[in-house]
Amino acid sequence: MSILVFVELADGEIKKSSQEAIYYGAQLAKMLGTENNVLAIGEAGSDNLALAGNFGATKVLHASDDKYKAANIMAYSDILTAAAKQTGATVIISAKSSLADPVTARTAAALKAGIVGNVTALPDLSNGFTVTRSIFTGKAFAQTSISTDIKILGIKKNALSPVASTDKAVVESESFHADVNAKAFESKVTETVKAKGIIPLPEADLVVSGGRGMKGPDHWQPILDLADALGATTACSKPVSDLDWRPHHEHVGQTGVKIAPNLYIACGISGAIQHLAGVNSSKVIVVINTDPEAPFFKAADYGIVGDVFDVLPKLTAAVKAL
Amino acid sequence: MKILVCISSVPDTTSKISFTDSETVFNKAGLQFIIGPYDDYALARAVELKEQSGGTVTVLNVGTVETEPQIRKALAIGADDAIRVDAEPTDSYFVAEQIANIAKEGNYDLIMMGRETTDYNSGVVHGIVGEMLGIPSFSPVMELNIDGNQAKMTREIEGGKEKLEASLPLVLGCQEPIAEWKIPNMRGIMTARTKPLNVVAPSGDSLTSISAYSMPPAKGACKMIPAEDAGSLINLLRTEAKVL
Ligand SMILES: Cc1cc2nc3c(=O)[nH]c(=O)nc-3n(C[C@H](O)[C@H](O)[C@H](O)COP(=O)(O)OP(=O)(O)OC[C@H]3O[C@@H](n4cnc5c(N)ncnc54)[C@H](O)[C@@H]3O)c2cc1C
Ligand SMILES: Nc1ncnc2c1ncn2[C@@H]1O[C@H](COP(=O)(O)O)[C@@H](O)[C@H]1O
Repeated sequence: MSILVFVELADGEIKKSSQEAIYYGAQLAKMLGTENNVLAIGEAGSDNLALAGNFGATKVLHASDDKYKAANIMAYSDILTAAAKQTGATVIISAKSSLADPVTARTAAALKAGIVGNVTALPDLSNGFTVTRSIFTGKAFAQTSISTDIKILGIKKNALSPVASTDKAVVESESFHADVNAKAFESKVTETVKAKGIIPLPEADLVVSGGRGMKGPDHWQPILDLADALGATTACSKPVSDLDWRPHHEHVGQTGVKIAPNLYIACGISGAIQHLAGVNSSKVIVVINTDPEAPFFKAADYGIVGDVFDVLPKLTAAVKAL
Repeated sequence: MKILVCISSVPDTTSKISFTDSETVFNKAGLQFIIGPYDDYALARAVELKEQSGGTVTVLNVGTVETEPQIRKALAIGADDAIRVDAEPTDSYFVAEQIANIAKEGNYDLIMMGRETTDYNSGVVHGIVGEMLGIPSFSPVMELNIDGNQAKMTREIEGGKEKLEASLPLVLGCQEPIAEWKIPNMRGIMTARTKPLNVVAPSGDSLTSISAYSMPPAKGACKMIPAEDAGSLINLLRTEAKVL
């Protein structure tokens, strides 16, 4: 029995969402009295990997090979399955992401393991193994029991707030080799386009978002300015990305990215139920809208009835004055 | 080309969610059910591919007889025939197993799904099916073009996208803007009535089960700040809400 956390690397470092997953694994390892092993695939410096110890890793397995530089869903899943078998893992943990979800899904099939995503808290072990997961895009929760020997959990952002240990608990990392089905490399990533230097939406703690009330792609500067001053990531409503005012990956909501930042500032967004579905896990919601009857105010913590083009510069100035 | 499109039947996205029997049963009363919004994108792209280069589109749903209106709608949108595995879709592995069973018999070039259902939001059925069949799976796919045996795709990743190439057969979880949602026309609705809908029995087990539901705590009142004094919000976010 042990725990295996699938971590993701970005520029050689363990992603913040994966740090949360390691921390979750560590808490669960304490409950189960077992080890919390970590699997990292791709290029990373051993110093960076050793930092996994700060979040409660027992040991890091590192699978590094030129072939793994570009994320490959099939290959990564083969490696995860092999690592789970070798370490005798009974619980596999990952943070929800566009890579971890398909990778763990395939591993679930390979190991015939029950898989549950969007987990929001540590499991209840009093009667089997039961986790709470968010369903209906944040509108409700379901207590879900997993009956298989091996269990796979996808952790939602902010399920637990990790507390990095201060006494730099460095852990050893050992290289891990797995036989990967050569067929995996017949599928190729030919190009990756990624906004540079910006925290991706699912990981962002601060988000400034614009809707149709921004009136056009040329009027985004006030949002960009506030986001810049705050160090926030920008988002938008679905019509805004449908109209190509903003890139598609910024679209949040029921059919877009689901986010759980500490602060979500909605500018000129009416607050349709499908929009709320993607942002209702935010800790604090601020709404700026000219219409006092806009439904978004009902879901907000702070509201300003006013014109975004008048209000946003005031907020930006106040942030800069801090 | 033979395409299998897997559709879920989910409550309309504006539905108010509630539970009965001491929060152990999902309350379907008064709710309108629709084809999963992401599955609808997969279906729309599948029908476009068929219109471009021929072939067939089969829709598949794992569900009880209550889902037949959504299956008929998929037929009206342009699918040629349908299969319903007669079972409550209780868990991802169980649903995937039913789909893999059908796929093994049908020799499909493409198995298209949505990126996730909008009820349980798992987003894993395509990956499980891919592994069960020993073929590649990709999700969320936002662009798909087929040239002979090769698929060119764009997949969304955090903060961007990646372009991919792979050879068929494939399992794909789809999302916009892969295609525009299609609305059935009158002719489609008429012909859908006579298109074949085969009902088959399930096999296999669920690996997970839901014992209870709960609702998030209600939001407190919204604190209003006058627009003239907008800047004071930043101080409140720092000292009161403690998020800055
Ligand atoms: C199946 C389905 C899925 C969907 N999924 C999503 C989703 O994932 N995400 C999503 O966002 N939507 C989604 N939608 C669409 C959703 O229903 C709404 O249409 C959409 O969210 C509205 O976007 P908006 O608020 O930007 O625009 P609008 O509804 O047009 O609202 C604009 C707001 O701006 C305000 N405004 C105007 N001018 C100003 C100004 N100068 N200053 C301040 N405020 C101003 C207006 O009062 C208004 O409230 C979905 C719909 C369906 C049917
Ligand atoms: N009951 C079902 N019947 C057919 N297809 C389904 C069913 N449930 C899920 N799917 C497909 O699998 C995709 C991913 O679902 P999920 O992993 O449950 O979020 C959905 O978008 C559908 O295309």
